[in-house]
Amino acid sequence: MSYSETGSRGGATRPAVVGFAQSDCVRRTQGTTNGVEMLVPTLAEAFEQTGLSKSDIGFWCSGSSDYLAGRAFSFISAVDAIGAFPPINESHVEMDAAWALYEAWVKIRTGEVDTALVYGFGKSSAGTLRRVLSLQTDPYTVAPLWPDSISIAALQARLGLESGRWSEKDMAEVAARSLADARDNPQAQRSGEASVADLLDAPLTADPLRAHDIAPITDGASVVILAAADRARDIVSRPALITGIEHRVDSPVLGARDLTRSPSTEMAGASLDVGDVDVAELHAPFTHQELILRDALGLGDGVRISPSGGVLAGNPMFSAGLARIGEAARRVMAGDADRALAHATSGPALQQNLVAVMEAQS
Amino acid sequence: MTTEAPPLSEPLEIHFDYTRSLGPVLGRFMTGLAQRRIEGVTGSDGRVHVPPVEYDPVTAAPLSEFVEVDQEGTVLTWSWCAEPVAGQPIQRPFAWALIRLDGADTALLHAVDVEAPDAIHTGMRVRVRWTDEPVGHIRDIAYFVPADAPDDQPPPPTSPAPPAAERADGTSVDTMITPIKLGYDHTVSPEESRYLRALGEGKLIGQRCPKCEKVYLPPRGACPTDGVPTTTEVELPDTGIVTTFCIVNVPFLGQQITPPYVVAYILLDGADIAFLHLVRGCEADEVRMGMRVRAQWRPREEWETSMRNIAHFEPSGEADAPYESYAHHL
Repeated sequence: MSYSETGSRGGATRPAVVGFAQSDCVRRTQGTTNGVEMLVPTLAEAFEQTGLSKSDIGFWCSGSSDYLAGRAFSFISAVDAIGAFPPINESHVEMDAAWALYEAWVKIRTGEVDTALVYGFGKSSAGTLRRVLSLQTDPYTVAPLWPDSISIAALQARLGLESGRWSEKDMAEVAARSLADARDNPQAQRSGEASVADLLDAPLTADPLRAHDIAPITDGASVVILAAADRARDIVSRPALITGIEHRVDSPVLGARDLTRSPSTEMAGASLDVGDVDVAELHAPFTHQELILRDALGLGDGVRISPSGGVLAGNPMFSAGLARIGEAARRVMAGDADRALAHATSGPALQQNLVAVMEAQS
Repeated sequence: MTTEAPPLSEPLEIHFDYTRSLGPVLGRFMTGLAQRRIEGVTGSDGRVHVPPVEYDPVTAAPLSEFVEVDQEGTVLTWSWCAEPVAGQPIQRPFAWALIRLDGADTALLHAVDVEAPDAIHTGMRVRVRWTDEPVGHIRDIAYFVPADAPDDQPPPPTSPAPPAAERADGTSVDTMITPIKLGYDHTVSPEESRYLRALGEGKLIGQRCPKCEKVYLPPRGACPTDGVPTTTEVELPDTGIVTTFCIVNVPFLGQQITPPYVVAYILLDGADIAFLHLVRGCEADEVRMGMRVRAQWRPREEWETSMRNIAHFEPSGEADAPYESYAHHL
């Protein structure tokens, strides 16, 4: 366990996940793009789980996107949901909230705070999601063409299909397993029983992708509470200690990358001890991307992949990555897993990737 | 039991131009496009990058060795876009492709004009079709066509071309303009909806926080102090005070009132949060902190679900509120 060694260097504090709550994944909420309506009950649930209250939180960090909301500084309105007066210690990333969790993790590691609450939210349904996401690409030579997120992922899928790295059947198997697992997830947007053969009978919607290869458009929010290891045990009986967390990015030049691999995930995983994990929650908005991630992280058949159903069962933008960390931690906290891996992605075709490993705090 | 109407929503369209300065590498690339030439940049390992990169992906050294590449190349992968979205180069079903131009080592993302998915394949040869009036923009490459497509093939419908940026020296392109248009379904919260619908009937509806008992107008859905939903509705009068104000003397784009005029924070009687509105009906230099004001509503036939129904606030002639009574709202 690398952390006890790190911990002995200058006594840096080890953060653990002690709480996780998420809103239902839905195709369209009636709420605003500032997420308050989704966040208020989700925050309340996380507080109830942990017995903590607003005044116990040392640092707040959120992830969301103005492009999704269609308004500048949209996250400022979301702060209403947390009750930010008198002033709180707060920050925001214009990324999936998994990266907000990274910032909170650093804050606890430095010893500045011993608790942090991380939240992410997004109303993907407010605009045309696949079109809005094209603005994530290079603003000089790519974004002016408005390449939609599904078309870019489809370019990646074909490279793998034609090079023999994966097959349409492999992709359909990912979808079938996700939908089947999601039957046990009451917050999933999609779930059900589907045979691989039936899935492969469906028409191509974005050749070479079929509808089942593509994560749904989802509105949602999620909340994770972190505590320093020495406080975590007072909050929950089995905290999910974060034994390592890393993130890396690949080139924004799509045509210069080997899109059938994810070097940034490989590098993030290689700097952690990802062996012996029981479960891995992967943030793969397209079926073939799960295949790339499993390969990049060296996850064998013994590892339970995305038992929540993963993001193919519901992909709330800017909180789905955080929810992967929450789902993996929940399994550790519940005693269903001893070691769990969580992955989050951001950008087109798995451009940026974060990997975290958690284990039951002994 | 009553069922509540769904929250109010309106289409919201955002439109702005991204005006970007280009620097030496992308500037040279775009200048080339304006002259119907495609230039790549050579990396430290000898690979030619098209589109060019400013820094070497291996050594991070700034790159400056340019090389012109062919306007014909090979499809490395493609996908089918059955329902193009606004702004995409071709406005009917088309293929996206990563295209490695002859002489380049990396691939360029662009659109290929073919009729159906069975008319394109990996390894297919394609060539550039230029716009009629290149301006120094990636969209100067209108799209690609199969290398053997006839020159007189009728063009597909395309998105409007981007505007030309001014060129300081008349030749080299140092700026590109990309218009961005985004459409949203903008929804207000259930609390704001009740507030706006009440305004449509000439009423001012705030909400009280169940914890701190402060009254918010407009209602916010959650108390910013306590983070709990605000549920109790409170009807407020259309009278109040000016807590603080400013006199606008500066003209600006889109201004609707001729300066000088007064923008003030109005605290309605019974409310705990002030909102911005106009104060008229007196000289600007007569407006003062603590002044009592009353709403001047527009004619009823002009009412909508908006705070615009109140045209402005006017002095009511009552005695000023003492400073201590509103100091904590400043």
